[in-house]
Amino acid sequence: MRLCELGIAAARAGLAKGEFSSRELVQSVIDSWREKNGSVGAYLTFDEEQALALADANPGAVPIAVKDLINVKGQPCTCASKILQGYVSPYDATVIARMKAAGFIPAGRVNMDEFAMGSSTENSALGVTRNPYDLERVPGGSSGGSAAAVGAGMCVAALGTDTGGSIRQPASFCNCVGVKPSYGRVSRYGVTAFASSLDQVGPLAKNVEDAAILLGAIAGHDEMDGTTPDVPVPDYAAALEGATLKGRRIGVVREYRDIAGLDPEVKRIADEAVARCAAAGAEIVEVSLPHAEYAMAVYYIIAPAEASANLARFDGVRYGHRSQRSQDVFTLYTRSRAEGFGPEVKRRIIMGTYVLSSGYYDAYYARAQKVRTLIRRDFEEAFASVDAILTPCAPTPAFKAGEVLDPLTMYLNDLFTIPSSLAGVCASAVPAGFTAATPQRPALPVGVQFICGSFEEAKLFSISKAFEAS
Amino acid sequence: MAEQKIDVAYVAELARLELTDEEKAVFQPQLENIVKYVEKISEVDVEGIEPMMHGKALVNAFREDVVRPSMAREDALANAPARVGDEFLLPKIVEGAES
Repeated sequence: MRLCELGIAAARAGLAKGEFSSRELVQSVIDSWREKNGSVGAYLTFDEEQALALADANPGAVPIAVKDLINVKGQPCTCASKILQGYVSPYDATVIARMKAAGFIPAGRVNMDEFAMGSSTENSALGVTRNPYDLERVPGGSSGGSAAAVGAGMCVAALGTDTGGSIRQPASFCNCVGVKPSYGRVSRYGVTAFASSLDQVGPLAKNVEDAAILLGAIAGHDEMDGTTPDVPVPDYAAALEGATLKGRRIGVVREYRDIAGLDPEVKRIADEAVARCAAAGAEIVEVSLPHAEYAMAVYYIIAPAEASANLARFDGVRYGHRSQRSQDVFTLYTRSRAEGFGPEVKRRIIMGTYVLSSGYYDAYYARAQKVRTLIRRDFEEAFASVDAILTPCAPTPAFKAGEVLDPLTMYLNDLFTIPSSLAGVCASAVPAGFTAATPQRPALPVGVQFICGSFEEAKLFSISKAFEAS
Repeated sequence: MAEQKIDVAYVAELARLELTDEEKAVFQPQLENIVKYVEKISEVDVEGIEPMMHGKALVNAFREDVVRPSMAREDALANAPARVGDEFLLPKIVEGAES
């Protein structure tokens, strides 16, 4: 077994006992990258020298793979887009500075859907990532490189981002624990913005304890991100002690009971997860999310609208690709963007510009924001009677590369993760089992999602840990 | 053919995005479908409902207005596609001005 197949807690224990050094740990990640990246393709780039130098300078530190939209000074930050090829970050994102201060070092840049728009990592313009459980299948997305690296044992743990499910769905596909923190829990300073009212940074890890340790390292108020309230960060790892489902009230969603499009094996595993919670002493309570059926529609108005504004900065002026075919400033903008962005990014920019355009704003964007309020209220009412809500993570296990071609069909991957994103609450993906192998499909990992209220990460970790141990 | 809801070519121009004819032909029906799907929200009664702007309600996150170091000029210019001295270089913007 390679050292990097150890999780964070285990690696720290080995480092503390002097069984190995940070340099050896980083070297094991490099060895794994060299051996497996040709098939799995989790990493886009890996600066070996910098990673080893950081390990030497920070004895006891644990390396973390970083999604390629989080700035690390001196490293590339492409967002898996041609428009940022060659870009070198001039500063560290707050999450990177915090991580370094807490005994972690960034090591390797992992692949993603371009600008975090997608559910399969197939929208990356710079590389192909495959699912380590079946190389014909996708790792999920948009944090597909993070999930594949964790699932393949090519890193100790990874950072990803989640706007509508981009940590949780790939975690489910690659058998990892993934956590989307509550909106405002983690600073986005230095993280390329997709949809600013939704984006959060979070951990993908081999187990719940590791995810708790890593989130504890990066969470908290940052004056560089005005959306982060000054609320103390509890010791999430300590919250795991004595974790139990006994006496917890776990909600199951009435509207999801007979929902269309759910893979039968995913349904079986999700039903078994509910039974496991009950067997471990939890009280199962039916809750209702009456507006959840509108969440996808709300999301595909709000997220593209915000993306169209955020991506206006990529204009070929200060950084990023500049078209050599431009004759004036107008064509410098239109052609730099035409050459730099891939098809899904273009579609979302057009969709976002449309819903914000004069004459349509009230019917789409303004109305979507009101429906979003109703979705948040659904969760508030549900959390009055339960500690957590348990749902499938994604409607299917990992699908084959090239299998889903229609954009709207691809969007349905986030059916179960988008409502909690819109509500701003926290949610985890926890491995729950494997599908039965058939001639058409090998056994594939499936995760379930636990959702807790805003800033209730300590409870989310405790419940997720108790489920993991059940 | 049913009336189209979104004029992709026009909206792309608003978004400062040059599309090829092939892209227009592919995106038009795809976006038409997405627009039709999101119109589902018109079913919801939102009378008297406040809009939710953000994932967490925070108002005016103030901090002390103190001078402190910002990014070094050389760092800010390091990724420039074209520069002259300490400035970003761009094509001429104002008609008749010296470029």
